[in-house]
Amino acid sequence: MSTLTFGPLTWLLLLPVVGAALLLFIPRDRKGALYALSLLFTLAAFSWSLRIFALFDEAQGRMQLVERLPWMPAYGIEYAVGIDGISLFLVLLTTFLMPVAVLASWPVRERVKEYLFFMLVLETGMLGAFLALDLFLFYVFWEVMLVPMYFLIGIWGGPRRIYAALKFVIYTMAGSLLMLVAIIYLVMRHAHLAQTLTFSLLEIYELRLPYDEQLWLFLAFALSFAIKVPMFPFHTWLPDAHVEAPTAGSVILAAVLLKMGTYGFLRFAMPLFPEVALAAAPFVIAMAVIGIVYGAAVAMMQADIKKLVAYSSVSHLGFVMLGLFAFNTQGVQGSLYQMLNHGLSTGALFLLVGMIYDRRHSRLIEDFGGLWAQVPVFSALLMVVTLSSIGLPGLNGFVGEFLILLGAFGAAPGWTAVAATGMILSAVYMLWMFRRVIFGPLANPENRKLADLNARELVLMAPILVLIVFMGVYPDPFLRRMGPSVQLTLDRIAAAARAQHGGAAAQ
Amino acid sequence: MDLDLTPLLPAIQVGLAALVVMLLDLFLKDHERNLLVWAALLGLALGSFEAWTLWNGQEAAFGETLLVDNFTLFFTQLFAAAAAATILVSVRYVRETGMREGEFYSLILFATAGMIVMAGANDLIVFFLGLETMSVAVYILSGMRRDRRESSEAAMKYFVIGAFATGFLLYGIALVYGATGSTHLGRVAAYLLQSPEKWPGYLTAGAFLLLIGLAFKVGAVPFHFWIPDVYEGAPTPVTGFMSVAVKAAAFAAWVRILAHSLSPLDSDFATPLRLLAIATMTIGNLLAITQPSVKRMLAYSSIAHAGYLLIALVSGEEWGGPSLLFYLLAYSLMTLGAFAVLTGLAEKERPNEEYARLAGLGFKRPFLAAAMSLFMLSLAGFPPLAGFTGKFYVFRSAVHSGHTDLAVIGVLNSLLSVVYYLRVIVMMYMVEGGAEGRSLRQAPCLYLAVGLAAASTLYLGVLPSAALEWSRLSFFSLF
Repeated sequence: MSTLTFGPLTWLLLLPVVGAALLLFIPRDRKGALYALSLLFTLAAFSWSLRIFALFDEAQGRMQLVERLPWMPAYGIEYAVGIDGISLFLVLLTTFLMPVAVLASWPVRERVKEYLFFMLVLETGMLGAFLALDLFLFYVFWEVMLVPMYFLIGIWGGPRRIYAALKFVIYTMAGSLLMLVAIIYLVMRHAHLAQTLTFSLLEIYELRLPYDEQLWLFLAFALSFAIKVPMFPFHTWLPDAHVEAPTAGSVILAAVLLKMGTYGFLRFAMPLFPEVALAAAPFVIAMAVIGIVYGAAVAMMQADIKKLVAYSSVSHLGFVMLGLFAFNTQGVQGSLYQMLNHGLSTGALFLLVGMIYDRRHSRLIEDFGGLWAQVPVFSALLMVVTLSSIGLPGLNGFVGEFLILLGAFGAAPGWTAVAATGMILSAVYMLWMFRRVIFGPLANPENRKLADLNARELVLMAPILVLIVFMGVYPDPFLRRMGPSVQLTLDRIAAAARAQHGGAAAQ
Repeated sequence: MDLDLTPLLPAIQVGLAALVVMLLDLFLKDHERNLLVWAALLGLALGSFEAWTLWNGQEAAFGETLLVDNFTLFFTQLFAAAAAATILVSVRYVRETGMREGEFYSLILFATAGMIVMAGANDLIVFFLGLETMSVAVYILSGMRRDRRESSEAAMKYFVIGAFATGFLLYGIALVYGATGSTHLGRVAAYLLQSPEKWPGYLTAGAFLLLIGLAFKVGAVPFHFWIPDVYEGAPTPVTGFMSVAVKAAAFAAWVRILAHSLSPLDSDFATPLRLLAIATMTIGNLLAITQPSVKRMLAYSSIAHAGYLLIALVSGEEWGGPSLLFYLLAYSLMTLGAFAVLTGLAEKERPNEEYARLAGLGFKRPFLAAAMSLFMLSLAGFPPLAGFTGKFYVFRSAVHSGHTDLAVIGVLNSLLSVVYYLRVIVMMYMVEGGAEGRSLRQAPCLYLAVGLAAASTLYLGVLPSAALEWSRLSFFSLF
């Protein structure tokens, strides 16, 4: 195996870890050099992912740039990565946000070396989970992500960081360990029926199991993903983790890690167990809508801006789940688009909250008010991001929500109507928060000496804002590339369902 | 009877090295004592090399009462590595705590020789000889910190409980002999090929007594109660050696005697073994959570790991066997590493390894703390580390043999274990300060051992293929 045979996806996975390894050779007090190196490697990964974007053939729905190497051949395990329209933008979102997260971490001055090391390892973990085409490899990356996040929350987090970090790990592992047993079981059944021992996702897609077996396997996979999403009632780890995590940690957690859950549903749980997924749709939709309304209602009550944003994620991801389980093109495309939107909007919200927290050491809404005159740039940015988050037409959030509702209405009109009220609630709590923070009299004298955003902060916010507007105005380049892969997945599910019914009719 | 001693060379080599170390000790001046370490390591290296040359040889000695097949050789390497690591880790510890160096190293070597005999024993009496050679050496080792009462207490407890277990084993051997007319495993197995109606009733009873005796030695619940006190009281490097090598030796004997030679009795063992596995995992993990000291936590966690290994035994020979060997390999690496780090942090005056001792260590002793984190994550079963791969193969064998429920109980137990393993990391990286106090200065060889253990933990996780193949070949040489 010569290094020259690595394809573009492997290089993408290697870039962050190589950066992390190089960090170890820089003395720990050279903080500038540590940040510069990390920024360099995250930017390199981003530009490399743009190259992958350029190589991507948008007409195709199938896996592209596939690389396969034997890893543990005796056990049917291989190193297999590939990219399609579903993972393409999630990969781009990850590589795009990592340099932003590194820049946003500038205020971190303690144990910088370890901090950046974990950030870079985390990036490889996330990219690997999106790219893996082998169930074992996917599981490895899925768990690898946990460890750096655990350290990021536990070492650099807020006062209750240890509790939050442990809760995060225990919750996520509870789900994923059962998924591990399900993976093993699935592979064994495949080996038994197809006479080939393999963990390859694409081959196991072809497996047709009886409904009862599918049910248990689906539940094991779905639990793991539902915790990560997080779906109501598995969401309780999320506010703790978000509130305690350092700013960049919250950004990555909300923007990318939560997407692992919804991505997992679309990539694994739904196409692997199509009949059960279709049958479960009413339940999942119900839970999703409860999550939408519940998350919004709880967000409204929050006094802490970060907590408010955290609960709003529960609500927003409810929309994503709603669209996925509508099982039609609009719904699933809308969900996929909304995953990116949520990554950008919520990421940006956490960044802004972090910036204000660095200045005032408070995140309580009541401590602010009348900020517009004081920090106009910050206020204007917060306004755009707030509007994006509530789905104002012309900004990114609108496109996704519209498509989701369009798709979901065909599948479950009643629940969709309830979900739409969730949109109204989200406008209420976000605008209310905005009004209390930005408008009104400048009551708190401490806010008089607030400084507006500096150049570094503007530089890291600018690309996100550009994308927020671009994705709102011109979604076509995104949807066009997602389309064929979404269609392929839906066709696969539909074909399986037909086969099931045909089989039942023949008996 | 053939008197070709070639197949016995590894055991003889290690035993000779023990004698050499003991004799050398008499003639060396104080400043020359490093020679003892070199002699011991050389003995182990030669033994390991001889084992390597014998690979794939399938030889037997003393009328086939001692087999030197790949299974024996696999364990020989494991024991030699564990002994070498223990010696590397102990160098400074032994000197600063005032233990007798010559005796310490030679007892480790004697125990290792006994273990090699245990792994190769094809006769219940030979097995018993190996077991006692190992046990007596370890009884003494666990009591060698005479400045501490806990150490003497540990030795006493270990000795009494060990004698108890010996009683069970001897009774079991006697009953099996009475039923089958032989202590030779081959002839016992041949006897068992007859129809079950012809077996006398006490044959099963004898096998059960053997099972209980071995369950004592591996520390399976409910025969585990001696483990925490003995592990805590024994000198830290010895605890590492016990929890790895002694346990592996007992499992080796378990596999050869109970799981392989007495396999026609499997149907009688199925349910008890399942219950044993479930109880051992669950109780080990639950009690580990509540422990105030890291050493006791590791003691209980070693009980839990015995439970995972029992899952492999329940899964039957074809699937469980190789995964059992691989798991033992992975478990040995990470556990030795963890105890090596603990030794590296030990203080002469304050032997108790409470969690609080670890506070803030992550940034004060970055290498030891990073390695410890790696071992903890591996023990908890995070990929891509050896512990994960081991668990993966064990659970896989369980699912494959139709014991999906055991795999599920196993993963839920892994989840429990995350709580206490991560607590170590929490203390090292997330809690400030830490007790002052001087840890023993450590020799570079301790860092070497820790580094090697960490590197192999990572290696076995990322590229396990070679080790898996090795485990597979070793296990199937039994047939």
